[in-house]
Amino acid sequence: MTYRNDPYDPKQVALLDPAALAEAVADATKAFTAAADPDALTALRPAHLGDRSPVSLARREIGALPPAAKSDAGKRVNEARRAIETAYADRAEVLEREQAERVLVEERVDVTLPFNRRPRGARHPLSVLMESISDLFVGMGYEVAEGPEVDLEWVNFDALNIPADHPARGLMDTFHIASADGSAGSGLVLRTHTSTVQTRTMLSRKPPIYVIVPGRVYRTDEIDATHSPVFHQAEGLVVDKGITMAHLRGTLDHFARAMFGPEAKTRWRPHYFPFTEPSAEFDVWFPEHRDGPQWVEWGGCGMVNPRVLRACGVDPEVYSGFAFGMGIDRTLMVRHGVSDIRHLFEGDVRFSRALSTGA
Amino acid sequence: MRVSVSWLREYVDLPADLPTGDLEQALVDLGIEVESVVDLRESVTGQLVVGEVREIEELTGFKKPIRFCRVDVGAANGTGEPQEIVCGARNFAPGDRVVVILPGGVLPGGFAIGARKTYGHNSAGMICSAKELGLGDDHSGIIVLPPDVSAKPGDDARPVVGLDDVVFELEITPDRGYALSLRGLARELSHAFDVPLRDPALVPAPGGTPTPPYPVEVRDTVGCDRFTARLVRGVDPTAPTPSWMAQRLVTAGIRSISLPVDITNYVMLELGQPMHAFDADRIAGPLVVRRAEAGEKLTTLDGVNRVLTADDMVICDDSGPISLAAVMGGETSEVVAGTTTVLFEAAHWDPAMVGRTARRHKLFSEAAKRWERGVDPAVALVALERAVRLLTEHGGGTPSAEILDIDHVRPRTPITLPADLPTRRVGVEYPPARVVALLEQVGCTVAQGVDRLSEDPGAVGVASGAGTALSVTPPTWRPDLTDPADLVEEVVRLDGYDRVPSVLPTAPPGRGLTPRQRRRRAVAVSLAERGYVEVLAHPFVSPELADQLGLPADDSRRPAVRLANPLSEEEPLLRTTLLGPLLGILKRNLGRGHRDLALYEIGAVFHPRLGAGSPPAMGVDRRPTDAEFAAADAVVPAQPVHVAAVLAGDLDPAGWWGAGRPAGWADAIESARDVLAAAGIPDERVEVRAAEYAPWHPGRCAELRVDGAVVGHAGELHPTVVAALELPRRTCALELDLDALPSTPVTPAPTVSGFPPALIDVALVLDDSVPAEQVRRALEAGAGELLEDVRLFDVYAGAQLGAGRRSLAYKLTFRAPDRTLTVEEALAARDAAVAVAAERFGATLRGA
Repeated sequence: MTYRNDPYDPKQVALLDPAALAEAVADATKAFTAAADPDALTALRPAHLGDRSPVSLARREIGALPPAAKSDAGKRVNEARRAIETAYADRAEVLEREQAERVLVEERVDVTLPFNRRPRGARHPLSVLMESISDLFVGMGYEVAEGPEVDLEWVNFDALNIPADHPARGLMDTFHIASADGSAGSGLVLRTHTSTVQTRTMLSRKPPIYVIVPGRVYRTDEIDATHSPVFHQAEGLVVDKGITMAHLRGTLDHFARAMFGPEAKTRWRPHYFPFTEPSAEFDVWFPEHRDGPQWVEWGGCGMVNPRVLRACGVDPEVYSGFAFGMGIDRTLMVRHGVSDIRHLFEGDVRFSRALSTGA
Repeated sequence: MRVSVSWLREYVDLPADLPTGDLEQALVDLGIEVESVVDLRESVTGQLVVGEVREIEELTGFKKPIRFCRVDVGAANGTGEPQEIVCGARNFAPGDRVVVILPGGVLPGGFAIGARKTYGHNSAGMICSAKELGLGDDHSGIIVLPPDVSAKPGDDARPVVGLDDVVFELEITPDRGYALSLRGLARELSHAFDVPLRDPALVPAPGGTPTPPYPVEVRDTVGCDRFTARLVRGVDPTAPTPSWMAQRLVTAGIRSISLPVDITNYVMLELGQPMHAFDADRIAGPLVVRRAEAGEKLTTLDGVNRVLTADDMVICDDSGPISLAAVMGGETSEVVAGTTTVLFEAAHWDPAMVGRTARRHKLFSEAAKRWERGVDPAVALVALERAVRLLTEHGGGTPSAEILDIDHVRPRTPITLPADLPTRRVGVEYPPARVVALLEQVGCTVAQGVDRLSEDPGAVGVASGAGTALSVTPPTWRPDLTDPADLVEEVVRLDGYDRVPSVLPTAPPGRGLTPRQRRRRAVAVSLAERGYVEVLAHPFVSPELADQLGLPADDSRRPAVRLANPLSEEEPLLRTTLLGPLLGILKRNLGRGHRDLALYEIGAVFHPRLGAGSPPAMGVDRRPTDAEFAAADAVVPAQPVHVAAVLAGDLDPAGWWGAGRPAGWADAIESARDVLAAAGIPDERVEVRAAEYAPWHPGRCAELRVDGAVVGHAGELHPTVVAALELPRRTCALELDLDALPSTPVTPAPTVSGFPPALIDVALVLDDSVPAEQVRRALEAGAGELLEDVRLFDVYAGAQLGAGRRSLAYKLTFRAPDRTLTVEEALAARDAAVAVAAERFGATLRGA
């Protein structure tokens, strides 16, 4: 609108006619309703709300009206425009909602497709069990002690009160390290038990000693379902003032409950180990055994033989101690119902993967 | 040791109706392991009766001779008529009494007996051998009852052949030699059931006489501290071993040989005293007991010609050694079929010497087993008397009036036991009177010892125990009781282990895992999270592995720790690299149909200390000094903990999402870097360089350095190695020495700038022999502190760049901590970065 409609031209202002405005609103509403999607609706906007739309043109004509008529006409035009805007907005909302819903339907996928794009890795169940045993004892204030797998015979035997000619030494089925001339007289063995770390721990630190020793040990057992030349033990050693067999029992009871559930129980059978005196073998009973609640052999234990304390520089008049050891492989097998120890060392990925979840 | 309950009952009054389970539990509670219990009463069901053979009809025309027998079984078969039985054995004649199982019976192993037609005759039942009845391994013929058995046809045969008994197989711990005898077991059970013991050693036995029955000289009284002997002349060489004795020997697993030899074995089982029987007529001259001379030879009873060492003890006559003392007799002097003059010997030998001899000659005889574990030195004369009586009773003959007893046994020294020690060690209140009673029960002599507080007139006495010392002399049959702790064990064992209460000790505050332990866990978790599966391989490898891995002659992984007694002669070495065993497990998995594999192991490798020699001898009476132990420890092989991983097949498998991606050298190197990151080594301390290192492909091997020191390698394996080990093509691997990684200090926190970054791409053209790692370092060095990140996003080589040239395209991220960088600042930093690359490697900007 660039000029005044002056003198008043009734023909020019026909757009301000109420009927014409009503028709513009009706046309727009009808067109909007017919729009099938947001893009079609947007395309309709110039025709009904743009500069050349009837309501915009009508607004231009207002200036041409006599002053008395302007207010009325302006009100009419605004109402019409507002009605068209509302119709547009309402339709836009409906269309956008419909489109959003359609997208959700169209984008539907089969969430049951197999997702194994990255094969799962796994810790070895024995490693996991050794760590959980370590954690249990660390939680009680123990430290995790370690030692070499090839060790001095003196550490593996002599210091543990197993002198060279003792029958217990013969029973241990020891791998001897060859000396330079190929004989067995190197003074070195593959450790037959984690008790070597008892020796090394007492030699290297002063009581009080509270250590747990998980580790790999060796015996010359031919491989079959229940024997392996390589297996694993966890050994506990406590040396302190006033340590008694009652402390040993308390510790083993706690250990058993942690491994086999709150209802687990232990019992002792007198036994002989050169490095403990008194000595016992201990069994554990637990309800979840795969063949029903029952006792199973678990390990050996006893009060550290004063001869061992002396050889390692601990005064047996001042200190006493207990030691216990059990097979980790056996514990794993009993807990999980593994029937053949070979599964533990063959390295078949199915075995570790299957046991990598759960306790 | 296998022993029957009926025999045990001869020495201990076990309750008449004692259930087998209770006896088993009692043995276990005493510390005697029960390997198995065989209730012979239940081993054969149905009618097992004595039969008398009436007629034998030899059947011919079959593959083997067969007999059709008519056997009188009394009224057991209900008819009284002879039972018709077909039998394949031939060691019997009409009139012999045999053991017959009638139809309906079941032999051990579920072997049901019926009536059937065989070899053209009806056979109703079976005539049994000892093996068929589960009584031993003798299957050479059927059992023919000896004449001294008084059983009639039709009688239950079970008591006659010993099937009315229960047999325990016991495992005796190495400290309790005395429990390898009926005497010892009976004593233990008398404690358990609190019933009287009839000690078979408490029989009167005559002592040594001034003149010996046979001249004997003991030249080494350390190896042999007692030697007793007695002659029996005029023995009937045809006298058989009584059936009850043979049966008990068979039950114990000892073969019946001849009456004199069986008697020595029987007395050994009964009293625990190993004995030997010589044929005195086959010995020339006096006996001499001495150490062997190195290289002396002796053929032992098992027919083995043995070369002796100066540590072995021998018994000699004029011809030289005739017996490997305490372990096994010799052929030349043994009792034979015609022996009439028997010289019984009961000696006491040094247990350590016997153990060494037995191990050296791999001769773990029943005698050696007992000597090693300790034999009562006081029982020798009783054993001699028992043997002589048994022989004269069953084989006739006259014992010599002379008895030899050369006795150098030293009396036991008492052990001083503080009366409260059991209470202090066990945590159960044992009144001193209880301690004394229990120790006396096992045979100790207990006296009031020196009162440790005797200077204090008000010292508390036995009543309270505190401060009181007991003087305890263990019995002669318990050489294992030497220390106060041994006596404590006797107290708690007899009082009951189940009485020990449960008390948790309180440990002082611990320090948790060590950094090294935490690092190993972090590395393990990181690899597992990245898809690797952990395995635990055996560390045994073959000498050929080093060649298969292509290790150079001077490679530090060639010298290996060797086992003197490997399980497999093919694998006598311990691994010096984890890769050998790990690749073996890879192959096993491939063989089982797995194709895409990522495996890892964390474990020790073993490097011998070349030229270290043997460790110095150390005693156990005191702690070795630090210097002594350090000298010994220096011989122990280095055993660093490594991590290794192997990759074969696809790392990302193919699937519905598209194609897979094979694992390659880059994955191995990436995983190696991941390991270092998981181990806490910051990236800027890690350097990757090309390396030529077996068993990797020389063009596809990276060495990883931390602070300049090589800690491991990664990449693709050498094609020759892949071929030698029959691995899939392009198998990749990594191995790092975790123990070579430096400890990591606390990492300082970075400055995290909130200002926007300036991103600039540069493509550098340079010689393709320049490692990307070096280019990155050059860019970093040139860009200065504003550089936040360098990312190589494209590597391009093409004709337009010229042969031997390539383009490396980097995205450089610049950012300042305190301001938004201007374009000019960022470009200046970029130019500075490029300038260093240009200066070092002649790099030019691509397109420039």
